[in-house]
Amino acid sequence: MSTIIKDTQKMIEEVLDAYPEKAKKERARHLAANDPTGQCSACKVKANTKSRPGVMTVRGCAYAGAKGVVWGPVKDQITVSHGPVGCGQYSWWARRNYYNGITGVDTFGTMHITTDFQEKDIVYGGDKGLDAALHELKELFPLAKGIGILSECPVGLIGDDIEAVSKRVEKEFKIPIVPVRCEGFRGVSQSLGHHIANDTIRDYVLGKGTLEKSTPYDVALIGDYNIGGDAWASRKMLEEMGLRVIAQWTGDASVNELGIATKAKLNLIHCYRSMNYICRHMEEEYGIPWVEFNFFGPTKIYASIRKIASHFDDKIKENAERVIEKYKPVMDAVIEQYKPKLEGKKVMLYVGGLRPRHTVGAYEDLGMEIIASGYEFGHNDDYNRTYPVMKEGAVIMDDATLYELEEFTRRMKPDMVGAGIKEKYSYHKMGVPFRQMHSWDYSGPYHGFDGFPVFARDMDMTVNNPSWNLIRRKR
Amino acid sequence: MKTIRTKDHNELFQEQEYLEQFENKREFEAPWPKEKVKEVAEWTKTVEYQEKNFSRKNIKINPAKACQPLGAIFCSSGFDGTMPFVQGAQGCVAYFRSHLNRHFKEPLAAISTSMTEDAAVFGGLNNMLEGLENAYTLYHPKMLAVCTTCMAEVIGDDLNAYIRTAREKDLIPKDLPVPFAHTPSFVGSYVNGYDNMMKGILSSITAGKKGEPNGKINVIMGFDTYTGDYHEIKRLLSMMGVDFTLLSDAGAIFDSPNTGEYKLYPGGTPLEDAMDSINAAATVALQQYSTFKTMDYIQKEWSQKALALSPIGVKNTDSFFEQLSKLTGKPIPQEIEDERGRAVDAMVDSHPYVHGKRFALVGDPDQLLGLVSFLMEMGGIPVHIVCSMGDKKFEEEMQDLLDSSPFGSEAKVYSGKDMWHLRSLMFTDPVDILIGNSYAKFLWRDTGTPLVRIGFPLFDRHHLHRYPIIGYQGVINLVTMIVNTILDEMDRKTMNTTSFDVIR
Repeated sequence: MSTIIKDTQKMIEEVLDAYPEKAKKERARHLAANDPTGQCSACKVKANTKSRPGVMTVRGCAYAGAKGVVWGPVKDQITVSHGPVGCGQYSWWARRNYYNGITGVDTFGTMHITTDFQEKDIVYGGDKGLDAALHELKELFPLAKGIGILSECPVGLIGDDIEAVSKRVEKEFKIPIVPVRCEGFRGVSQSLGHHIANDTIRDYVLGKGTLEKSTPYDVALIGDYNIGGDAWASRKMLEEMGLRVIAQWTGDASVNELGIATKAKLNLIHCYRSMNYICRHMEEEYGIPWVEFNFFGPTKIYASIRKIASHFDDKIKENAERVIEKYKPVMDAVIEQYKPKLEGKKVMLYVGGLRPRHTVGAYEDLGMEIIASGYEFGHNDDYNRTYPVMKEGAVIMDDATLYELEEFTRRMKPDMVGAGIKEKYSYHKMGVPFRQMHSWDYSGPYHGFDGFPVFARDMDMTVNNPSWNLIRRKR
Repeated sequence: MKTIRTKDHNELFQEQEYLEQFENKREFEAPWPKEKVKEVAEWTKTVEYQEKNFSRKNIKINPAKACQPLGAIFCSSGFDGTMPFVQGAQGCVAYFRSHLNRHFKEPLAAISTSMTEDAAVFGGLNNMLEGLENAYTLYHPKMLAVCTTCMAEVIGDDLNAYIRTAREKDLIPKDLPVPFAHTPSFVGSYVNGYDNMMKGILSSITAGKKGEPNGKINVIMGFDTYTGDYHEIKRLLSMMGVDFTLLSDAGAIFDSPNTGEYKLYPGGTPLEDAMDSINAAATVALQQYSTFKTMDYIQKEWSQKALALSPIGVKNTDSFFEQLSKLTGKPIPQEIEDERGRAVDAMVDSHPYVHGKRFALVGDPDQLLGLVSFLMEMGGIPVHIVCSMGDKKFEEEMQDLLDSSPFGSEAKVYSGKDMWHLRSLMFTDPVDILIGNSYAKFLWRDTGTPLVRIGFPLFDRHHLHRYPIIGYQGVINLVTMIVNTILDEMDRKTMNTTSFDVIR
């Protein structure tokens, strides 16, 4: 074992000392010094297990994964937050899944629609009210292409049968009514919510859409939630390559697109964590191959474009080269502009989904170094994809706590941190430049050739803003 | 070197190639014909649609309320060294924290016991025990204030017994204050959660502390998310020479100075002061609807005078100071009288732009009562008043207020209604100005009615919560926000006409 790994391990042990014995033992399994070669067995973290009570996990719940991530962005279906008022309120209009349409008329993405459970619903059950609610929604929103019922905690605890209600109402309305059992207490994080949502797409809408014609170049863009317009930037590139994107999941998605993805020749998956399930299903049931790709930063984009093109004929391969040739000068100019200001800066990441590994290349394109990275809700397969892209001795964190993040920051002194809104302002107080890497801090897109200049600009303004220097520290 | 001008989402997606992309994508969307969409869009603006909209009973669409534990966390975080501790599922706490982070643009620590399926079956005792031990050891709080999510409420966790067990097992010190409150999300809203937690904390930490009267006044702000109000009340009471204890000083937590150091507990009501609150001469709450149970408890159990006085607008502020003066025997100082004069002067100066303007308002009960009172003082006409968390009592109280002024005769109060109801109202009976939180911006988009952002949450404009809306200074801020929104709109509408004046 190298010294650099040993040093990191020592630091991790020191940080863990503050925990009570049981929690310490458990947390130790989730923090490691990185070994890119994969030879050091102590350098692997345990993942996707229950958070310890009381340690201040950053994680959310299954509802957040199903409503906030997978189903919420589907624009022309109504997403009902079924249960008390809070869950829908806190996740309302918050994830920046951009879409085109007239909200409240033919699209419903930025609305908060809830059955607003009261005590009587807990006592007598909410099924009757749900049935009536669905009818009221149909009256008010006749253009809705479907209704999703996203269960909150009490629904599962009181034993409501939302599946029966859905089945009955679906027959009557003749549009998909999708019961999603994503009660927040299920599973250990958002991740189970993604899986449950994938399963309901499979069971209620997959294979049911209409597509008039097919071409050999039909692809589905999977696991891009169009945050700040990410999927649109990605789509533009794929179309320039000569591919036909028949479905976009689920950023700016329509119910129809969820239906017709089975007609794709190839599934392109960006956020592996939240949508690998449905890709595997389409591979098994429909024989559609899938390929993971990475549209953050030119290095990864070039490689991904070529990787995607390799699944098609020479025409597409040639197009791919042409596209790279077209955009390379633009990308080089961006790097020329920002790299001198960002070279050597150290970055700590703590995010979810694909970002803890997928953004590494984009930072490296700008000369920045990732010294720590971690996932809120990753699984082993995410970490196995992460170890090789991280430097030796970097910290790998799974389900990190506020305490750990603060301690690692104090000891490793990153020049910037990329994490979420709950972390953002404690970093501002610490005077550590910070960028939200879930919502792009209300910026974006960050995907694709149109996204990289925005990414570079944002990282520069984060690290190099002069107001950080005004903070007067106590000596 | 010349900087490359970067186009982000604001500009990028208005470019021709993206507009074409969006149009072409429709091929896969099986969209409704554009005429059909237009037709339905127009239909949603009609009286017929409004009737359908108002006949629904089982679904809320864009309601302006959130659940109890949010208020509980907000309340407990305002006590020094206190860690909000939530028994229940963990996603809730992630949501409460992010919601408050987004409004204040400040950090907030809060603990979850991360209950999952096994807790649903066996109860949450183990989660509570491990949670208390971990939270205490790792974050060293002076107090852990426990509230609940709906999960813990549905399965019926016995908080009192669980906390006792934690002490018996020495997982937390015997003398660590661990007050608790049941805060079911399916009852009331965050104003009730605030109330329940405040009562929980006060009843727990003052137990056995009854002693010599300390001559102080307790002040409870209620679910007030304006940090400026906390600074303002301290300034005003100090000016008056009133010795007071601010119970839950959220202003200290959500407006801490940047010193390059993250403090988990940046201040708040000292626990000794909170413990001594039982010996105060009286308690004054600046909100009524978020303090009912607490004030009732204080009156009955502490035998204190308990007054709810909301100083929003001139008359309300007058009454606040008069009552306070009576209560404390301290005269209202000239400086405050001067501030009153300035506030009224501002109103007089700006009145031509507000007089006769019709308003729609959506928000929390106490703020709505204050704002409506203020608007009528300036000749504004409240028309639609929507309170998603309102009840019968609120409706009556608001109606009494409206009846007290000729400017109130057009108004209708909608308790328990939501912003989708308000959308219908604003189409069938348009108003000049809308007052509401950031989410109300969809009403601005749909109806073109300018929005004055007052309330909670305020996500899409920065620092508004730093400006007090209470007291006479608050009046000046309200006048400024409202009149300038009206003037901005006037400029926008007249920019290509002769009415585009430079002096207003």
